[in-house]
Amino acid sequence: MVSLSWYLVLAAFIFSCGLLAALSRRNAIAVLMGIELMLNAVNINLIAFWRYGAAAQQLDGLVFALFVIAIAAAEAAVGLALIISVYRSRKTVNLDELNLLKG
Amino acid sequence: MIEQLQQLGEQLMAQTAPTIPTLQQVIFVGMALFAAACALMVVFARNLFHSALALVGTLFAVAGIYALLEAEFLAVSQVLVYIGAISTLITFAIMLTRGMMYGPTSPLNRQAGTASMIVALLFAVLGGLVAYMPWSNEALDLSTLDWGVFADRPTGEAIIASLGQKFVTTYLVPFELMAVLLLVALAGAILLARDRE
Repeated sequence: MVSLSWYLVLAAFIFSCGLLAALSRRNAIAVLMGIELMLNAVNINLIAFWRYGAAAQQLDGLVFALFVIAIAAAEAAVGLALIISVYRSRKTVNLDELNLLKG
Repeated sequence: MIEQLQQLGEQLMAQTAPTIPTLQQVIFVGMALFAAACALMVVFARNLFHSALALVGTLFAVAGIYALLEAEFLAVSQVLVYIGAISTLITFAIMLTRGMMYGPTSPLNRQAGTASMIVALLFAVLGGLVAYMPWSNEALDLSTLDWGVFADRPTGEAIIASLGQKFVTTYLVPFELMAVLLLVALAGAILLARDRE
């Protein structure tokens, strides 16, 4: 039997990778990919806790994970539309060149 | 004397004998290593398209992890929504912002060093927490649980049926709000990305 902590360590690693991508990549699309990684790591945690929890027949973990997937889809659609819009007006998607609001 | 030595030897053998990993553990470790390698590639690949492909690999491995956790519906949703829709969208965005795949400089920005230190610290804290907490490591057998009105169905079917029931009873309001959110996101994405001329 795989124990719960293995899943948690895997989720922590994927979350860390996603956070690193979101914090340190130049390209806005790569930042969005990092956010998707983080959401996936959280989903692994939710489902692992559902599976190893005491009241698995309540299915709360699965419901939450499905909501997270739906939110991720909405977030990706709006985020990528924003990126395409920015690219059209500024001809770049590198986040450190987008300093229009910088004082 | 010789018998005692033999007994001691047997005891030592029993203590040091490697525990044979179960098939589930082997599958978990394989998928986890694949997911971790792909996640690292998402962060560090110079070519953005390689990052996107590695992201698809990670998403597939995570779908496998869901299946291993007996959440089959989630695994299928993951493949449909993430790999079918989101990664296609990301690939489209990469194609539409052409010339951005290779930056003139490093794919990482100036705060990459600080960020990686913070992230390493976070991972150390999370890992330490996971190792320190006394988690319950025994999963319940799902077929022994009380599935209410769906008790006569096979377990996998009962899970999906009661998941659907949850969405139209306990979680009705969030479910409807999610429908509204998806509609708003759809309209907003079209409005944002359309050509203004």
